[in-house]
Amino acid sequence: MVQEYDVIVIGGGITGAGVARDASMRGLKTLLVERHDLTDGATGRNHGLLHSGARYAVTDSESASECIRENMILRRIASHCVEQTDGLFITLPEDDLGYQATFIESCRKAGINAFAIDPKEAIRLEPSVNKSLIGAVRVPDGAVDPFRLTIANVVDAQLHGADVLTYKQVTSILKDDSGRVTGIGVTDLHTKQQTKYYSKIVINAAGIWGHGIAQMAGAQVNMFPAKGALLIFGHRVNNMVLNRCRKPADADILVPGDTICLIGTTSSRVPFEEVDNMNVTPQEVEVLMREGEKLAPSLASTRILRAYAGVRPLVAADNDPSGRSISRGIVCLDHETRDGIPGFITITGGKLMTYRLMAEWAVDLACKKLGVDRKCETAEVCLPGSSATPQEQPRVGTTIGQRAARGRHGERTSQISLSSDTDRSIVCECEEVSVGEVNYAIEKLGVTGLVDMRRRTRVGMGTCQGELCACRAAGLLAKADGCARKAISNVADFLNERWKGIRPIAWGETLCEAQFTSWIYEGVCGLNDSQEKRIQ
Amino acid sequence: MEKERESIEYNFEQCIKCTVCTVYCPVVAVNPDYPGPKQAGPDGERYRLKNPLFYDEALDMCLNCKRCEVACPSGVRVGDIIQNARLKYGTKKPRLRDFMLASTDLMGSVATVVAPVANASLSLKPVKAVMDCTLGVDKHRTFPKYSSQKFVTWFRKHARKAQDAFPKKVSYFHGCYANYNFPQLAKDFVTVMNAVGYGVNLLEDEKCCGVALISNGFKKRATKQAQTNLAALREAVGRGEPVLTTSSTCTFTIRDEYAHILGLDNSDVRDSVMLAVRFLFNLVDSGKVKLVFREDFRRKIAYHTPCHMEKLGWGIYPVSLLKMIPGVDLTVLDSNCCGIAGTYGFKKEHYADSQKIGEPLFNQIKSLAPDVVATDCETCKWQIEMSTGYPVANPVSILAEALDIEATMKANA
Repeated sequence: MVQEYDVIVIGGGITGAGVARDASMRGLKTLLVERHDLTDGATGRNHGLLHSGARYAVTDSESASECIRENMILRRIASHCVEQTDGLFITLPEDDLGYQATFIESCRKAGINAFAIDPKEAIRLEPSVNKSLIGAVRVPDGAVDPFRLTIANVVDAQLHGADVLTYKQVTSILKDDSGRVTGIGVTDLHTKQQTKYYSKIVINAAGIWGHGIAQMAGAQVNMFPAKGALLIFGHRVNNMVLNRCRKPADADILVPGDTICLIGTTSSRVPFEEVDNMNVTPQEVEVLMREGEKLAPSLASTRILRAYAGVRPLVAADNDPSGRSISRGIVCLDHETRDGIPGFITITGGKLMTYRLMAEWAVDLACKKLGVDRKCETAEVCLPGSSATPQEQPRVGTTIGQRAARGRHGERTSQISLSSDTDRSIVCECEEVSVGEVNYAIEKLGVTGLVDMRRRTRVGMGTCQGELCACRAAGLLAKADGCARKAISNVADFLNERWKGIRPIAWGETLCEAQFTSWIYEGVCGLNDSQEKRIQ
Repeated sequence: MEKERESIEYNFEQCIKCTVCTVYCPVVAVNPDYPGPKQAGPDGERYRLKNPLFYDEALDMCLNCKRCEVACPSGVRVGDIIQNARLKYGTKKPRLRDFMLASTDLMGSVATVVAPVANASLSLKPVKAVMDCTLGVDKHRTFPKYSSQKFVTWFRKHARKAQDAFPKKVSYFHGCYANYNFPQLAKDFVTVMNAVGYGVNLLEDEKCCGVALISNGFKKRATKQAQTNLAALREAVGRGEPVLTTSSTCTFTIRDEYAHILGLDNSDVRDSVMLAVRFLFNLVDSGKVKLVFREDFRRKIAYHTPCHMEKLGWGIYPVSLLKMIPGVDLTVLDSNCCGIAGTYGFKKEHYADSQKIGEPLFNQIKSLAPDVVATDCETCKWQIEMSTGYPVANPVSILAEALDIEATMKANA
């Protein structure tokens, strides 16, 4: 029997996850399909900035007001994914202090509580800030963990009956004789097995890859792949988000995120052929460092962990070569009215901050087509992990690891078994991830390999980049699915993936550590002998 | 300067997670509840920078032996990171016991006045039991005896004048132990220095080096005392006198902890503060001084290198000096922590670990059965004497006994 869904959502990024949650909460039978792992695309490759909207206030007031509304919603519904750090927009001697007044005015108009503070007060609030600043504006920026946020949306979708498939690539959009979209054909990336899934509506939420999905359905969505590169530093230099108070430019945001901080981004146009393989160039690293040091001078002596780049799924409106003047506004396309393709919706544009609103728009449209009259509740109902009041939070032990786990999983930490010494022992020492937490991720969060594990638990995200934890985590995976060979190949893939991000910034201690890692895995563990793949 | 300070602050980033520090940590070896120097130090620091609430009270188990720093191939100041975190983020307020244990000057000044009473009562079982229950000082611990006359009192009365006869001078930082508990060590130091032709000056104003204050969380008081000491050291160094010591821990504290933990600039005096054994060895080695030993001196000696001596890298000096004595049969004991770590081993919560840590050392000493154990640290001495029953002496005291003082004086006249 062929199972038919109300809605199939293509894309396991934050948008797709948000759509799947919203749709399933409104009682629609939902399937979420992702080509690789959840958050594999732009969702997992950005700043993790909880925008106040201030950045867009002067240039794009619509985006700015969307941001501040969603910002306030996320603080409430996704409290375990959000850090309420607040942010500063600083004016340096080389910047025009006159811009500050325009900036504050625009922020106020968009509903953003922005106010100028004395530069001395800024230094007191955020000691890492460039001490030569001549102006500072405080705004309600923050940090949001996009991995956690996506997983929480997916978990909630599943709790509401949605099915989720990862490592399934959409290879065709199925249509009936009338041209109505009726489902999708997918190929399992591991087994190469092909399957068809049917639904009344297909929602394309595949980010930059949505361009290709739309083409499969016979529609043209002109997207604008704009690459943004970022650097991750080994620890938190700042505890408040730091921005430059000027028109948006390269590398002018420094965001604290969990145990690290991030500087970004650059913006450059890339051809579609490259979107699957983004590499950070030496020039980009140079720009990021040069500009980053202006925000927080101590970045110059801080260890860099990784460099990475994502592709913004902007919808092209004109031929702007930089991509910055394009609105970050939400684009929801009803292909039935636009292209004469019933049953097909594309939701794109927007940004991490507005994922919930994007989902609301897309699901509103789907409901209208399905004749379902249910209101969107995603702005009121808290996500799993953020549902408990402070009094209801599970009690955890005093170790760093137990407290770190609560930060990652909110009240769902209570599902992590820590009853035995083994459960409590540590897998990832940098990020303090216990055996219990790894097992929880394997059992409850749909982990199939080490890269998935990293996104759900931070295993391998710390200073050593997998040096000590990769083999331990692989051991637990092998135990769970009974295949050691798969786990070994997984270790090699994982370390290669880590190396890709290390390579552009491989100097100093980071290079020493990478070398040490290769000694451990090639020299001690003999990974080279059992694998074709080298850890370069 | 600012950039430099910041890079010291971020020194933990040099850690490449090799974990050799944890392998060499004496506490990890006996207590699995201690996260170990790597996790307590560089790893934990990242979390504490994120939020001070991530401070783990288990850091209280650190001995501050600095063996992690000796082991680290990447130059990470693991021990300093842990000590600084304890001082900065520790939430437990120091107790009355900690105050008493840390206030070596105050307790010493009082106890020397009533030394016979203090010594007798501190060794009484009921007193120990009361201290165990009310203060948390472990009842199994033997307290060092107090002397009824302070070294400085003796020095002013009996030795001060004689020092004028020597054209060359050194200053002496005697430390609390030699002053209040065991003036014989300080007297031996004066004897040896005089024998090789050096007169001894005391510092204008000497306070406890502050090591116990630091490890018990009294950073402000430690800083105040350190500033007094630094002023006195500067005066002596300004006169062209090196400042010699007979305690490895005082020396280490003044040279390293003042800068690394208290954030004081001691760079102008640091190189002039050193253990007497180092000063003596260099004099002998460069031919400037000659030591003449008694022919009838015979001893089987086992030398224990204190942890802070290992950190200073100076174990070679006392060992080389002791080897010069013809009648000495010397064994250098394996590198092990004795477990007492100053006031650590006095505390009820740490006593069991303290004794367990020292066990390999105690066993080696017992199997060697030496006449005397030599070591440069007073708290190692208490620990070894209490736990093995063998007498322990400072190498300077052994030299004082082994030297033919008159012949040495003549040879260096």
